[in-house]
Amino acid sequence: MNSSVIGKFAENAVNFLFNHFQGGFNAFSAALGAVVKLLEDGLGAIPFVAMLVFLVAFALWRRGIAFAVFVGIALLLIHYMGLWPQTVATLALVVAATVFSLIVGVPLGIWGARNKRVEMILRSLLDFMQTMPAFVYLIPAVILFGLGRVPAVIATVVFAMPPVVRLTTLGIRQVREELLEAGRSFGSTDAQLLWKIQLPNALPSIMAGVNQTIMMSLSMVVIASMIGAGGLGEYVLSGIQRLDIGIGFEGGLGVVLLAIVLDRLTETFGVKSKKRRTVTKAGKAGTTEAAHS
Amino acid sequence: MSPNLTFAPEDVIPPGAINTAATQSVARPVAISGTDILTVRNLSKIFGPKPEVAAQLVKQGLGRDEIFKRTGNMVAVNDVSLNVKAGEIFVIMGLSGSGKSTLVRLLNRLIEPTSGQVVLEGRDIAPMSTLELREVRRKKMAMVFQSFALLPNRTVLDNISYGLEVAGMKKSERYEIARAALKRVGLGSYEKLLPGELSGGMQQRVGLARALAVNPAVLLMDEAFSALDPLIRFEMQSELLRLQKEEQRTIVFISHDIEEAIKIGGRIGIMKDGCLIQVGTPAELIQSPADDYVRDFFRHVDVSRFLKADSLLTRVERGLISGDVGAPAERYLDQLIDSGAECGYVCDEAGRYQGCVTPASLHKAGARPLREALLKDLSTVSLDTDLHELSAIALSQKHDVPVTDAAGKLAGVVSCRTILKQVMERRAA
Repeated sequence: MNSSVIGKFAENAVNFLFNHFQGGFNAFSAALGAVVKLLEDGLGAIPFVAMLVFLVAFALWRRGIAFAVFVGIALLLIHYMGLWPQTVATLALVVAATVFSLIVGVPLGIWGARNKRVEMILRSLLDFMQTMPAFVYLIPAVILFGLGRVPAVIATVVFAMPPVVRLTTLGIRQVREELLEAGRSFGSTDAQLLWKIQLPNALPSIMAGVNQTIMMSLSMVVIASMIGAGGLGEYVLSGIQRLDIGIGFEGGLGVVLLAIVLDRLTETFGVKSKKRRTVTKAGKAGTTEAAHS
Repeated sequence: MSPNLTFAPEDVIPPGAINTAATQSVARPVAISGTDILTVRNLSKIFGPKPEVAAQLVKQGLGRDEIFKRTGNMVAVNDVSLNVKAGEIFVIMGLSGSGKSTLVRLLNRLIEPTSGQVVLEGRDIAPMSTLELREVRRKKMAMVFQSFALLPNRTVLDNISYGLEVAGMKKSERYEIARAALKRVGLGSYEKLLPGELSGGMQQRVGLARALAVNPAVLLMDEAFSALDPLIRFEMQSELLRLQKEEQRTIVFISHDIEEAIKIGGRIGIMKDGCLIQVGTPAELIQSPADDYVRDFFRHVDVSRFLKADSLLTRVERGLISGDVGAPAERYLDQLIDSGAECGYVCDEAGRYQGCVTPASLHKAGARPLREALLKDLSTVSLDTDLHELSAIALSQKHDVPVTDAAGKLAGVVSCRTILKQVMERRAA
């Protein structure tokens, strides 16, 4: 099977990058690899019980008792299946990919919100990135970065970044015009407008993007196991290779449980913390209001 | 601008007088109460693809609908000139679409003017650099918005100190000022709440406190109370007047509510289709509206409260007695009886009003001097006595109320009948 001119072009482009910037890619690869390794080792060094207690407590704080119980059961189940090390490895990859997506995606999103033309270009680029089958990214990633965690993270970032860019742009665009007017009328600089008004008010939308990015990285990390990402994906992959239903199911279940925990926890950061405040302050507000009316 | 529009002469500078006015306001950079602190000259804003073309058409005298049809440009504010005096509340009134909200945004350049000047304390804001403009916005002008425009993620205190924060003031200092501002608008204990937890009226108090915190030379209020329900709106208007009594501020207040304008405004400027068509006190606008548009604003207003003696009096045609108060009273008796008037109004040789006599009092005084025939229990009022006071006096005495001008001459008399007639007439209009 041979590719046409278009395919040749893509191939040449990747080869060009490989031939001319190999040094740069190697350095970047090493740096990224070190970060991911540090993350994995760091998370791996935490004993299971400590992690369990921390996550359950965190779940209790963010969502309440029911979800805390669920997190406890999910983690114990993963541990019981003997998949804890793999889960930690996957978690490390997801965290690394998400952080990189944010580092690249949020500024791009801000740029897109400020400039219509940039937004148009970004939009077509993001559509392309999102709809291109995820497997395709694995090929250039392997050529440029070899096998292992680094190309997995890179491929994941490319696949999972679009929501954070889109929702950052959307969030900033949705900040009410009169808030910007108020900001300007009090003499804000553009940077003050961004940091004090636009970003804080776009935060719920940005956090929704982060949530989606995490979910997409999780699905990509499994696919990326084909190029040596390790973790739960590798377990699933071995299930496929051996046609072992049991291994495949257990690995898959691990991914599902991790996904639910991450999703529900990050989701809570999208909603304003106002609701919790209102409950504590309502009594006071009521009494003072009465005094003034 | 059509040439037949009338302006109160002191409020709007005719184009020829621009130079002298400019040198005057530059010569007094520090605002003293009563002097012009903000001067707007020939300010225009044209939205659209080709403002220059539209500006040419405006000069040719085309209407703004016609210009929009031909060029797609919208003349939002058209050649507006006005002066705002230090310490006054200047209300800009107009229907929606008359350009009043655009005008107020031209003052602090939230919208860039197409042409014209905005001179604040002697400095023209229109050509300023971004940096200078930012300084003006931080220190000289603050704005209160119709929609409150409070930052929902910040506490009340952080909202109020926003202006000081962007100006780089330390946290402890700006909080101290913000707390003082919050106390002044009567919300002292609310500093830690978020805006969403406050009612509309309280939110706008925060909006007001945020503007007061920067201690601006001019406060811009864009329909600040229009989004509030009537009772709260009334309360806020009173609150503003109370604050104004505590410390006189220069306020440019945009409104579409004539009752509000009358209540808070010292002077009112009426806008129509982007032009400022008349400026004056409420009474002036009611007395001599420039056109039907202005008159229409006051249609549903109970204007009787603006009636003063000068518009209620009738001239005295019969019974005017010019004479010497030292002369014998009876000398004037026949004259008064012949005139057929019930009372005689005595003026000295210089024309100054001395008092009122009746045939009976003249008869009673007989050969004694005329001054002794003057009725003692008759009050005289000045031209600016308002309807309320005037009615009370007219009702309490048997005779018409004499009205004297500043020079002490008799301007006319006011009777209960004329008061009633005038009030009924205004009501009917």
